[in-house]
Amino acid sequence: MNTRLNFDSNLKQLKDMLMEMAHKSVVAIKQSIDTLINQDIEKAKEIINNDTIIDDLEHEINNKAIILIAKESPVAGDLRKIVVALKISSEVERIADNAVNIAKSTLHIGQEKHIKEIVDIPKMMDLALEMLSDSLTAFLKEDVELAKKCAAKDDKVDEMYGTLVKELMGYIQRYPNQTNQITQLAFVCRYIERLADHSTNIAEHVIYLVTGERYDLNA
Amino acid sequence: MANITVHRQVFQINDLNLWYGEHHALKSINFPINKKEVTAIIGPSGCGKSTFIKTLNLMIKYVPNVRMTGEINYNGQNILNEKMDLVELRKNVGMVFQKGNPFPQSIFDNVAYGPRIHGIKRRTHLDDLVIKSLMDVALWDEVKDRLDAPAMGLSGGQQQRLCIARALATKPDVLLMDEPTSALDPISTLKIEQLILELKEKYTIVIVTHNMQQASRVSDQTAFFLMGELIELDDTSKIFSNPRDERTEGYITGRFG
Repeated sequence: MNTRLNFDSNLKQLKDMLMEMAHKSVVAIKQSIDTLINQDIEKAKEIINNDTIIDDLEHEINNKAIILIAKESPVAGDLRKIVVALKISSEVERIADNAVNIAKSTLHIGQEKHIKEIVDIPKMMDLALEMLSDSLTAFLKEDVELAKKCAAKDDKVDEMYGTLVKELMGYIQRYPNQTNQITQLAFVCRYIERLADHSTNIAEHVIYLVTGERYDLNA
Repeated sequence: MANITVHRQVFQINDLNLWYGEHHALKSINFPINKKEVTAIIGPSGCGKSTFIKTLNLMIKYVPNVRMTGEINYNGQNILNEKMDLVELRKNVGMVFQKGNPFPQSIFDNVAYGPRIHGIKRRTHLDDLVIKSLMDVALWDEVKDRLDAPAMGLSGGQQQRLCIARALATKPDVLLMDEPTSALDPISTLKIEQLILELKEKYTIVIVTHNMQQASRVSDQTAFFLMGELIELDDTSKIFSNPRDERTEGYITGRFG
């Protein structure tokens, strides 16, 4: 007999809610980079408006976690599941904020012609999204090895960020009338770099969830 | 270094085995019990936790057909040795049970009972011991005006604290508690738990409990017993956050046992 059938079912619901929130954030992030490339103002506004849906999901997850702590007195692995859900929901919320930030940069650039075709930023985004996907899959499957793989990719994202920002700063003298666009694109690079950091944090939380030990992936 | 370790421990149990007739109830138990700490023993019914705690003052000897091998070293002396003075041992290793079991006497006489049988007759000395013991269990203010009243008239929680005071009156250094709050209401339970935290300043406490939150709240180290074996013994914070053995995890998370 499973003596904690009801509790187990609630823990699963908590995980499902978190995966749903993560899915919505991934969609928002992907769409935000499309709006930047396509200069799609309407879609950018939609992403900004829809962020409240993700914020609400985070509140629901937090409320459910608090109620489970209060009612079920979780310990050991159960407690880690709940604490990690709280932590990861916070990371995912910040990821969604970065989608909003990128959408806002799209609005700031508006219909101004791009100084050059945007090619490297989507490449950097692809790598950061791979990290996010790996860390979320690691959470879903409680896969420590996959979580650890995140760190290597984070170094690559950081390297791309450095190169891109340097390149963009170089354009400022060449295109003095388009400093707004150049600054916004540099901001976007920063948002993607943050996305990769949040993904690494999620991976660290997964390792704690499974092993009970803290693990610094950026050490 | 070895000597320092020895002095930290009141009890050192080595390879303790116990049989009830043919039934092997404790299996090769190795268990250090640290001085002035609270050690909690948890485990499902029939796991041997009550049997184990009753070996520490040899109450277990009252059970027919009990046989033991191994060592129970109390302050360096093996109490399984034939020459052990049981009266002296139980003066030093006091015990409190599931339900308050005051004698059908006055509050004063209950607490004075132990000192009297150990030969203390002077009223002033007895008064001092009774007052001090009742203060130690935070019962003094509640009963100081009715020390001659029957102990049976106290509430369940007060009776249990009286029994703890009775155990303390013989000036033990170890207090064994076998599910001391299982018959008490939540507030009386929390009073006993607070008392345990205060008493460990002076005493070593070993508590058997079915209430895992109680074990996690009051103890410094926790032992998990299962089918006569000591499965895991570790710092309480470790046991309740990240136990090593999956059977411990299964038990404390309520999925097994």
